[in-house]
Amino acid sequence: MSWQIIQQSLPMFQKGFILTLQMSALGILGAIILGLMCSLCQYFKIPVLKQIVGAYIELSRNTPLLIQLFFIYYGLPGIGLKLSAYTCGIIGLIFLGGSYMAEGFSGGFDGIPNSQIESGKAIGLSQGQLTRYVVFPQGFALSIPALAANIIFLIKETSIFTVIAIPELTNTALDLIGLYYHTNEYLLVLVVGYAIILIPLSIILTWLERRIRYGTFGD
Amino acid sequence: MTELLRVEHLNKAYGEVPVLQDISFTVNTGEVQVVLGPSGSGKSTLIRCLNGLEPYQSGTIYFQGQKIDPTPKNWQLLRQKIGMVFQSYDLFPNLNIMDNITLGPIKVQKQSKATAQKEALRLLDTVGLADYTAKFPRELSGGQKQRIAIVRALALHPDFMLFDEVTASLDPEMVRGVLEIMANLAKQKMTMIVVTHEMNFAQQIADNVLFLDDGHILESTPGKDFFTNPQTDRAKEFLQSMDF
Repeated sequence: MSWQIIQQSLPMFQKGFILTLQMSALGILGAIILGLMCSLCQYFKIPVLKQIVGAYIELSRNTPLLIQLFFIYYGLPGIGLKLSAYTCGIIGLIFLGGSYMAEGFSGGFDGIPNSQIESGKAIGLSQGQLTRYVVFPQGFALSIPALAANIIFLIKETSIFTVIAIPELTNTALDLIGLYYHTNEYLLVLVVGYAIILIPLSIILTWLERRIRYGTFGD
Repeated sequence: MTELLRVEHLNKAYGEVPVLQDISFTVNTGEVQVVLGPSGSGKSTLIRCLNGLEPYQSGTIYFQGQKIDPTPKNWQLLRQKIGMVFQSYDLFPNLNIMDNITLGPIKVQKQSKATAQKEALRLLDTVGLADYTAKFPRELSGGQKQRIAIVRALALHPDFMLFDEVTASLDPEMVRGVLEIMANLAKQKMTMIVVTHEMNFAQQIADNVLFLDDGHILESTPGKDFFTNPQTDRAKEFLQSMDF
């Protein structure tokens, strides 16, 4: 194990680190928005959309991200849609994450007692008002643990981006190993790189989970 | 007396099982109608039908002489005129007491925040909880929550109130406070339909008693007579079983 080798590689890893963070952030944001819309379609049983969402969730959850990425990166140009690897990666992450987030939100919405919905209806709230003031705030608080787990999961999944040659953390490590054969050093930096992102994030999310739960339900 | 609510030949079934059969009755403005009957007789289902929380298969409900077209949209508009209080209070845990009470007036009736809050404070004062506006439901006892739930329903100034066993999940010492509030409302000539198992209370406030058994109205008797002189044997049995 040579510290010098590690030191020399750090600037390259730094670039990969930033790219991983960037793509994760965009992908997760997109996945949360897509997931919320999907789960609302399902919660309110909106005809047609509900079926489309159901099919999407099954497709997305039951195919590997690797294959989804291949499809987007190598398949879409076949129908005239040529996107950069960077864009493909983010789309892939949103496509995969959207379904997981949708399931997370749905779990939260389904956890709201029916009596809450009824007492909202009883004071004359419309469907939209019921969603905004009762269903969403309570459902969101209940779905936080699932959403937090999905966030961590999606960040780890970005390591697969290496197969379409996006120079994120894993790709940087594999590249360096291929060039210089210092496998131990580069793998160590790789592991530390992910840990630096994931461990603090995991702690923050757990803290947030408790805060929001307490703020909403008091326990 | 003016007729406020009239139910004609209401039928409801869960699948094949009939829950309410040929229910007909009238409630006049300012009247307290108490619905009594053994568990599973359809009391709760009946009053849930009266604000559209339960769909019914046939029959007609008239409100202020107008036939209610039972579409979800119509019920939504009507519900601000119908106050309902549930057994399990069901305050919104994510909102403080003031917001729980003013949500309907502000969002549904488009009152200004100041007007709604002023009225909420006035109503809170009548139930002795004016100091609780900033608290959350989790900080309150069951009895306090139920009093807030009554205020939340009253804040919309409904034309009548539905009470669905509102003291059934309260500790005995909490029950009295809630019943007193309801008795006061009755004194102020609020039209009320009350499902309860509190027989002394029922006798005290009932202008009329509907006695339900197995989905049928077995008798509809003025309150002053029902408890002393019920018409049916089933009602006699029921009163005896309640140690009355």
